[in-house]
Amino acid sequence: MSKLGQIGAKLHRGEVSYDFIGHRKFWFGLSIALVVISLGGLFARGLALGIEFRGGVEYEAKVKVTDATVQDFGDVVKATNAKGLGDPVVTTINNDKVRVQTKPLEQNDIGRVRDAIAKEAGVPSEQVTSQQIGASWGQQIADKAIVALIVFLVLVFAVIWLYFREAKASMAAIIALIHDVTITVGVYALIGFDVTPATVIGVLTILGYSLYDTVVVFDKVRENTRGITGSNRFTYSDATNLAVNQTVVRSINTTVTALLPVGAILVVGTVVLGTGPLKDLSLALFVGIAVGAYSSIFIAPSLLAVFKEREPGMQALSKRVASKKAQVAAAAAAPAAVATAGAASRTAVQDTPRKAERATGSAPTPSARPMKAAAAGRPQPTRKPRSKRGK
Amino acid sequence: MATSSPTRPGRSLIALAVVVVLLFGIMALTKTWKPKLGLDLRGGTTITLTASTLDGSGKVTADQLNEAKNIIGQRVNGAGVAESDITTSGGTHINVAVPGATKESLVEQVGQTALLYFRIVYSADQVAPATPPSTTPKPSTTPKPSTTPKPSTTPKASTTPKPSATVKPGTPSATPKGRGWSSVLADATPTPSATPKPSAAPSSAPSTPAATPSTPATNGDPLKYTPDAATQAGFAAYKCGDKQSDSPSQPLFSCDRNKQYKYLLGPAIMAGTDLSDASAGIPQNGLQWQVNLKFTGAGGDKFLKATTAISQRGQGQNLFAIVLDGETISTPSVNNPIPGGQAEITGTFTESEARDLANVLKYGSLPVKFDISSVETVSPQLGGDQLSAGIWAGLIGLGLVVLFCFLYYRGLGLVVVLSLGAAGVLTGSLVILLGKAIGFTLTLAGIAGLIVAVGITADSFIIYFERLRDEVREGRSLRSSVETGWARAKHTIIAADSISLLAAIVLYVLAIGSVRGFAFTLGLTTLIDLVVVFLFTKPVVTLLARTDFFGHGHKLSGLDPEHLGVERLPGQTKPSARPARKPKTPTRKPVGGEI
Repeated sequence: MSKLGQIGAKLHRGEVSYDFIGHRKFWFGLSIALVVISLGGLFARGLALGIEFRGGVEYEAKVKVTDATVQDFGDVVKATNAKGLGDPVVTTINNDKVRVQTKPLEQNDIGRVRDAIAKEAGVPSEQVTSQQIGASWGQQIADKAIVALIVFLVLVFAVIWLYFREAKASMAAIIALIHDVTITVGVYALIGFDVTPATVIGVLTILGYSLYDTVVVFDKVRENTRGITGSNRFTYSDATNLAVNQTVVRSINTTVTALLPVGAILVVGTVVLGTGPLKDLSLALFVGIAVGAYSSIFIAPSLLAVFKEREPGMQALSKRVASKKAQVAAAAAAPAAVATAGAASRTAVQDTPRKAERATGSAPTPSARPMKAAAAGRPQPTRKPRSKRGK
Repeated sequence: MATSSPTRPGRSLIALAVVVVLLFGIMALTKTWKPKLGLDLRGGTTITLTASTLDGSGKVTADQLNEAKNIIGQRVNGAGVAESDITTSGGTHINVAVPGATKESLVEQVGQTALLYFRIVYSADQVAPATPPSTTPKPSTTPKPSTTPKPSTTPKASTTPKPSATVKPGTPSATPKGRGWSSVLADATPTPSATPKPSAAPSSAPSTPAATPSTPATNGDPLKYTPDAATQAGFAAYKCGDKQSDSPSQPLFSCDRNKQYKYLLGPAIMAGTDLSDASAGIPQNGLQWQVNLKFTGAGGDKFLKATTAISQRGQGQNLFAIVLDGETISTPSVNNPIPGGQAEITGTFTESEARDLANVLKYGSLPVKFDISSVETVSPQLGGDQLSAGIWAGLIGLGLVVLFCFLYYRGLGLVVVLSLGAAGVLTGSLVILLGKAIGFTLTLAGIAGLIVAVGITADSFIIYFERLRDEVREGRSLRSSVETGWARAKHTIIAADSISLLAAIVLYVLAIGSVRGFAFTLGLTTLIDLVVVFLFTKPVVTLLARTDFFGHGHKLSGLDPEHLGVERLPGQTKPSARPARKPKTPTRKPVGGEI
């Protein structure tokens, strides 16, 4: 674990970094591909809607499942001759439960079918769980969910705008959010998981969760970019990238701790109960939280940087930084140039900043760590005391 | 939200302890130690009804929904169901939760749209108490909303008083069960309002068809309707329980509640929506309970027309039926035209009978119909399974999170365990108390919300701990890192938690069904998370930083320098080991002015 700690420290100092922003084309491309596949799956295959969305009656009873179970239960249910029964769908769950789904039935038939199932399963009627759903119920849940989604998006847009004083942050966060929900729904369409009201809850919960991560990263971005235009050391993108690197451990940790309980619900819901709301909810959450973590690292900050870089001020800054770099590069043409210590461990391009220097004076002091021999023993550039530094 | 002062972490802890003691004190006082469990965890039936306006236009108003809720509540309670729970949600839904095993009939009683019509009685016949075929006890199109509380499952007696075999107008005799609304010509009943009374009189049950008026066709006027021969023949063959479509424009064969009498009724002369109000009461100087009716403006005009026509039909024929969902509830007689939009129904009502009839009428005056959106019956056994599965999932999830935190944060993991414990105690006691206070029920979705919240709560600690470590990496002493790290982490935690809270609130307000239970627990735990982080986690870390173990970065504290990738903790009290703060950075490119 201390290895992780070391990595954390290196990430923090910018010794180890991945250029998220620099590789944004790749990640955007990947995300666009995923979204397209998701939408394609959604339109081509559609969602496997649970009975709550179709309307009908669903019975569940405990029974020792054998090869003949499906046939037997199908027969006894048909034998009731309930009106509008259609073709009952019989499935077995976990070898200890049987589930029968029928089309909507009339009230008195519901009891008859239940009794028939109870008789076949050899349990009292009270032991048969039933769910009777009007055809419009699922539609209502879905409609409400969509309203909730839209209201939530509008509110979040406003809240993030207020918090970060930056509409572009809201834009980036919302786009990432829509991306998360789309991919989650796409996974459902492609794999064919049943969509139930519990799934809808799960998807709506993802909203809060995905944003939680994004807000944490953006918070760091804000910290790193405060007063950035007053300097000429690095661009907004550089600072953002550092922020992502500095928070990546946090993002991974928060995602892991979020996924652990959800995973526990998923396993218990599947193994112990076989089906039901626990499984549906946790499955949606599991997929959504994972996608949300990905977008909060690879998508949202890059979007923010792309939006911000369009501002004239930022473009001017980029120009200044570029010319600065050119100067430095010219100076570094001398063989003594040692500007890239630790480059060996870098995966990023050479211009990753070490730290976002903020002009507010609350810049974190540099690491007090004495130099290790990481730079092949070369002398390192020293940092002037603050009093001697230019603003 | 009080921030803990850096110097007095004890204060926050004491404040929190006081809160916990208070919560437990209330629990002890009210003797509630268990949360109120939802039906999906203890077994029972949950019915969700969706209300809509009769004509499908516009939304049901809050008043109408509440009215409907009360009426449905009376029906459910009337069905002899104990501790049922009826709530409205989302502006159009009524949720009925009935614990334990329930009869199928309950759903019928509760769920079906109640349509109230007034129809003229053309003939009435006593029927042998038919035993309905066991397979189809009731046609579903004429459901039986029981409007009257039944103390037991005894069937209700006929609403129309009938002398057992010989019919004599004017002598009401209640049916053996005594539940009949023996409506008499209340000649002695004073009328507080000057309105004439239609008094429910015992209807003679003519076994012969009523004298047919000369107008054969109705011409759209139900008052001019006359049953034709085919209808008469159909009525003769009609048995209670046969399927009937309750269409207002058509005549109807109907039975009373007890299926003792069948009636041939004309097309609807009025609908329940013509009523504006109905109430039960004893008139000022009367002794008998009666039901007072108020009609809408148009309804009053219709009623005058109708009563004019009915009162001319002659004794024994001057009856109209109050029909709810195709079932005849009462057949009062009309002796005089009734103008003025107000009327009374008098008879030998008991209080509850009068109230029930008033409710039926009131319900009929609600321009609302219901669709059964979902009926969920969970066996107590499955409920138990779901509860234990939820608890197990929670424990496993909690265990995994704690394990992860110990592995990653080592000594700080202890803080996580303690904080989660504190959050758990707060959450548990609040869920229990809210069950008592506002009837909050813990459902399976709610439990899932609680479990998911474990992750969210742990996230707050992670944000803080990572900040703390960053500060240490920046070269601060641990003591000051605790404060500076907190100052920054605080904002992030509040912002991130606000988003979670926002999501929970939006879900709670806008969603329906089980989503709300989930949203509620999620929101609750997010708030508790904030309280715990501020009043517990931070002060505890402050205190721990003062100890040798943490403050000096013991190997297992999670703050040891090596673990953090820092050469040595600044502020360590080994003087020799205190590094000079060399502001050197290996990767810094020379900056302007240094070239």
